[in-house]
Amino acid sequence: VIEQDRPNPDSLLAAIQSEVARKRRGRLKVFLGMCPGVGKTYAMLEAAQREFKNGRDLVIGYVETHGRKETDALTAGLPLIPRRNVTHRDIELTEMDLDAVLARHPQLVLVDELAHTNAPGSRHPKRWQDVNELLDSGIDVFTTLNVQHLESRADTVRQITGSEIRETVPDSILDAAEIELVDLPPADLIDRLQQGKVYLPERAANAARNFFREGNLTALRELSLRLVADHVSVDTQEFHRAQTNAGPWKTGHRLLVAVSASPLSESLIRWTRRMADSLKCPWLAVHVENSRPLDDNSQSRLEKNLALARALGAEVIDTTDENLARGLLRIAQQNNASQIIVGKPLAANWLEWFRAGKLLRQLTRESGNIDLQVVRAEKTGAPLTRPCSRWRPASNWKQYVIAAGILTAVGLLNVLLLQFTGPRVPGFVFLLAVVLLALFLGRGPVLFAGAASALVWDYFFLPPRFTFIITSTEDFVLFGLYFVIAIVLGQLVARIRAQELAERQREERAIALYQLTRELAQAGTRDEVVWQLIGEVSRVFSASAAVVLPGKNSLAAHPDSSLTLTDKELHVAEWAFLNRQAAGKFTDNLPGAENLHLPLATERAVVGVLSVHLADKTLPLPRRDLLEACARQAALVLDRVALRAAGEQSKLVAESERLSNALLNSISHELRTPLAAITSATSALAESKSPEGGFDRKMIGEIQEASARLNRLVGNLLDVTRLDSGYVRPKFDWCDVGDLLQTSVHSLQRELAGRAVKVEIAEKMPLARLDFTLMQQALTNLLLNAVVHTPAGTPVLVQARQEVRNEKAQLILSVADSGPGLSPDLLPRIFDKFFRAPNAPAGGSGLGLAIVKGFVEAHGGQIAAANRPGGGALFTIRIPQTQAPPGEAPPAGTKPA
Amino acid sequence: MTQSTGKSGNTANISLVIDDEPQIRRLLRVTLEANGYTVFDAMNGNEGIVQAAQCRPDIILLDLGLPDLDGVEVLKRIREWSKVPVIILSVRDREDDKIAALDAGADDFVTKPFSSGELLARLRTTLRRSRPQSAEAVFRTGRFEVDLAARIVSKNGIEIKLTPTEYSLLRLLVVHAGKVLTHRQLLTEVWGPNAVGQTHYLRVHIAHLRDKLEDDAAKPKLITTEPGVGYRVIEQE
Repeated sequence: VIEQDRPNPDSLLAAIQSEVARKRRGRLKVFLGMCPGVGKTYAMLEAAQREFKNGRDLVIGYVETHGRKETDALTAGLPLIPRRNVTHRDIELTEMDLDAVLARHPQLVLVDELAHTNAPGSRHPKRWQDVNELLDSGIDVFTTLNVQHLESRADTVRQITGSEIRETVPDSILDAAEIELVDLPPADLIDRLQQGKVYLPERAANAARNFFREGNLTALRELSLRLVADHVSVDTQEFHRAQTNAGPWKTGHRLLVAVSASPLSESLIRWTRRMADSLKCPWLAVHVENSRPLDDNSQSRLEKNLALARALGAEVIDTTDENLARGLLRIAQQNNASQIIVGKPLAANWLEWFRAGKLLRQLTRESGNIDLQVVRAEKTGAPLTRPCSRWRPASNWKQYVIAAGILTAVGLLNVLLLQFTGPRVPGFVFLLAVVLLALFLGRGPVLFAGAASALVWDYFFLPPRFTFIITSTEDFVLFGLYFVIAIVLGQLVARIRAQELAERQREERAIALYQLTRELAQAGTRDEVVWQLIGEVSRVFSASAAVVLPGKNSLAAHPDSSLTLTDKELHVAEWAFLNRQAAGKFTDNLPGAENLHLPLATERAVVGVLSVHLADKTLPLPRRDLLEACARQAALVLDRVALRAAGEQSKLVAESERLSNALLNSISHELRTPLAAITSATSALAESKSPEGGFDRKMIGEIQEASARLNRLVGNLLDVTRLDSGYVRPKFDWCDVGDLLQTSVHSLQRELAGRAVKVEIAEKMPLARLDFTLMQQALTNLLLNAVVHTPAGTPVLVQARQEVRNEKAQLILSVADSGPGLSPDLLPRIFDKFFRAPNAPAGGSGLGLAIVKGFVEAHGGQIAAANRPGGGALFTIRIPQTQAPPGEAPPAGTKPA
Repeated sequence: MTQSTGKSGNTANISLVIDDEPQIRRLLRVTLEANGYTVFDAMNGNEGIVQAAQCRPDIILLDLGLPDLDGVEVLKRIREWSKVPVIILSVRDREDDKIAALDAGADDFVTKPFSSGELLARLRTTLRRSRPQSAEAVFRTGRFEVDLAARIVSKNGIEIKLTPTEYSLLRLLVVHAGKVLTHRQLLTEVWGPNAVGQTHYLRVHIAHLRDKLEDDAAKPKLITTEPGVGYRVIEQE
């Protein structure tokens, strides 16, 4: 953000404090159970009651007691945030009111059932995402979770119990959490179940009874105990690592799992995560794209698989290769993977089995020192549909019409040719046509053209004509060869073209990113960066885009944006900005929004939001990566531009400070030099004259007085200039207040001659923290003010004391005179620059009091003027004393006396 | 560079004025020569350093605001080889320069504009102090007497009890009587280099010393405060 003025320290401080608060992430405590009914909610509420008694500021965000009396009783006294009512398809649902909790911002919030799926239309699809946001905003959370809902364990639980787990939470949420196991022996649980103490939804009652078998429960219990044990051992390992400062991974392992659009991939991914967990090693999920297009169904399943891998902590890599094994091995070698994990072939049909076998053989043959793990994958979720039909026409019907049309034309040409040649020449002409078609059409139409032309050749041209019968052996062989050549050629050309296309797409991505980088590098201002970014995104993604930047009070879209954001969309952008996460369409945060909002974030700060309107139903991974890369790049440049602007601003300030100091020094020098000469010369003259009075002596006295006054005026002018420029910075030090008053009075000996000056200092006055020189000048100015404005010979009283008000100590210095006092209507203007009372005697400049005020305020203090009850003016200076005076000095002795 | 001889002939003190203002140089020359000094002058720092080496002055008057070199820098270069007393001429606003110059070894400072009487008094004090003295073990001024050998302080012939710290502080000021000692110099000498910045040690002990020594601690005659710079013991002539 470019600051026009010098930054205000208060707003800077507030920004730093909020930054600190934002950085502190809330702590998560999970009450983990093996299955419903073990008393997680009860345990959580018990813990909450303890915290509440200890004075923690906690609220109930969402707790489901299922009407159990003991549990209900435990919620007594705990403050509750009312739930939010949602109507979905005429069903009343209640959800935690996330915004209300965030607005209330307690220290701790209770949120039951972490794995819960929110009602449609909520900000996040899942409750654990709500919890994440609460943690991000610095609120601690207590929550409950059953082990079967943990993503990496869901698979195992399904194998144990045979029931499908639909609601899962990613393991990563437990990484920084404290886990408290709520354990109950299976026999006791079954007892409780039989007594009806366990809540079960009506319709699921039968299935649930099946679930609560002792064998199942024992297995689940073991699973949850092991999870907690693993978690504890991770903690100790991390502690150990922090202590020994060793490398991040103990083993040199790095797992690589092959991911495809197959639903089998899901369990493969989970298996790898468990493996990586126990090996304490990083893992990669790799998808190898080839030229065969995926249907929408497979595409979305692939993205789901990759998203799962990412959520479980994998590094996801997307590459292109026609040969799956080669692609996997290339990525494995590039990333130093130690093991490749692939699924065991599930023979759906012989072709599938053959291809999978081929992959395994090639991997085994070429993997070298990389280990190969072949894991039996489990079918989960939706029934397996053929992800992609090999023969599915990838081209639209128009291409078939074109193919048919061209073949017809070539056929007619061949009829003409047949007049002059034998029946074999038309065959070659057909072959040529098929090859040429392959250059322009998709795979399907080319195969169609190959087959159709073969049949046409046979029927119309090969003798006997107008039958499919072939008599000569030679023709039979030729026909067979034609068929094979046409199909192989068509396939080959189509594959090369598809590869070319994929290559080109990748190249386009690379070029887009390169161009953006290059253009951004040349952009010097924020507006130029925004303009380039919007132009590039619009061009590459054929989408309208907006860049939202923080303004004075709120976020606003940049005027160069090609997309107009509604208020609702601006709110989504704001959420993305505040939470440093992508939001809106294609994300898990406010997915109902129309646009995708990507935060422009660097390590240092979030500088804005890129909002893109994409009309497509899905956002394929490569496009998403490209978009995110663009956003990252732009964020870096925007940040750099802002930093540079701030740097230039501060350089400018420093430069103007330097110039102004130089000017002040030069003026001070120029004015004082002649004054010094006058003073010195007149004093010499005065001393050389005879001590008796006389005309000369009087004249010399006048010159001396005038030059002293001129000298004071020059000093005052310089002080005012320095105060105005903000260059008066007190050098705080411990000072003896008595010494301060005495020195001030002493320096005005001549001016105060003939007056009774009384200095009163409170008993046991502690040392005060102030700038001795500045405060002495302030007091001197006040005393001079008294000298000028009160009749000669009237007394002056200078006092010092310390007062403690609201536990804050203040040093109070006052100068009181016995003159005519201050006119009440002039009081408000008395400290203004160049203000002189209309009846004021000559001799002042109207600057003295303004300087006093400036110096006092530079100390963080205040000055007030008033009239004394008995007549005369009273000036009171108050300087806050924030530090306690230091203790006694140690005895000398470090140096020999 | 010009030279003229004062009326006092051979016994005249040689002074060197380093100032870039011709008027100030002229004025100082007239004042100093009228009071028996031999005067050399230099109009910038480099010339001043050369002059200081060539004409072996007894005292140097150095302006801090010189066109070519900073006055403190000139002082440091002279101090590399000479202990000649140096009095700083400065303007009020440059307290920091004043302290820097004193810490760098200047003997005193005079704030512009100054009266000739004040300047001459400072010159006399500084010169007297710089002369090799017979190992005088007793310091006397006014009614005070400090017997450095016996470590006894007395006023009007009556002994005054001081704590060891107070005595070290007073001894230091008395040994350099007439000269300003900066906070840094006092703290370093009495409490050691780690105490620099702990100005409150000084404030407290100076206040105690004044309570014990001065007739009216509120109007000190012996130990005076140089605002923002340090303290000095006044020799009553």
